[in-house]
Amino acid sequence: MFDLSGKSVLVTGASGGIGAAIARGLHGAGASVGLSGTRVEPLEALAAELGGRAHVLPCNLSDSAAVAELPKQAVEAMGAVDVLVNNAGITRDNLFMRMSEDEWDSVMQVNLKSAMILSKGVMRGMMKARWGRIVNISSIVGATGNPGQANYAASKAGLVGMSKSLAYEVASRGITVNCVAPGFITTAMTEKLNEDQKTAILGQVPAGRMGEADEIAASVIFLASPEAGYITGTTLHINGGMAML
Amino acid sequence: MSDIAERTRKIVVEHLGVEEDKVAENASFIDDLGADSLDTVELVMAFEEEFGIEIPDDAAETIQTFGDAVKFIKDAA
Repeated sequence: MFDLSGKSVLVTGASGGIGAAIARGLHGAGASVGLSGTRVEPLEALAAELGGRAHVLPCNLSDSAAVAELPKQAVEAMGAVDVLVNNAGITRDNLFMRMSEDEWDSVMQVNLKSAMILSKGVMRGMMKARWGRIVNISSIVGATGNPGQANYAASKAGLVGMSKSLAYEVASRGITVNCVAPGFITTAMTEKLNEDQKTAILGQVPAGRMGEADEIAASVIFLASPEAGYITGTTLHINGGMAML
Repeated sequence: MSDIAERTRKIVVEHLGVEEDKVAENASFIDDLGADSLDTVELVMAFEEEFGIEIPDDAAETIQTFGDAVKFIKDAA
């Protein structure tokens, strides 16, 4: 439905469930995709599955110097970065009273600071092209909070504030910056939950089911498309009605 | 007028859409030529490309006028 032929996309965290679905979806819409992540094997497997127009660009987002190099590597591989999807995220859950500065810093670095460095790195090309899309994957807990996840929730809320500010600055250049905030999505992580945990979660979701990674990918394809050019600074909540924001 | 000044003026005229004779030595990009802060970032990017130089952020902040830009580029090129 939405055509991204000729566009080059960089997706972080493409080795994970949601990131891989986003990369698949954007590739299916015709884009060239740069697959970034820390684990090379799943990235190679995904690239092999996609065939052409897929480039493996491993990067450790904990390492700011490596993060700053990633946009350059993506441009070398694909010629440009028209769409950046900051999807990578980690958790270091702990009760706030027990949370160490290290647990705080590592989550902030990967989830928030790397998104800042990457956005800055792709901005010059987007400004020159007078076209660009940045989609930051936030989370429902950035809006609602969650016990044990003060660091994660702060990083995800931080993405929303950063996106809105950047959206203001670059809107006149044809660049949009938006967030997608997933609720409970079926991934390898949620597969590990036991039946009781799943039942408890689903009790909070009016839709009565978990979301699928493809449903997150669909929203990213839309926000990346030319048709979404007038949407900027917004957060699209995809949570089956769990929080109606 | 040196070649560098002419090339710099051409970039300013093209980017900001102003008359060539408005781009005087002491013309401020923001106060006199109607640039917003993002325009000044883009001008610096354009200067970097045209002259194959690197203009660090702290130096970019000191480039307020057309004359500042020409002087910086002459020193750097």
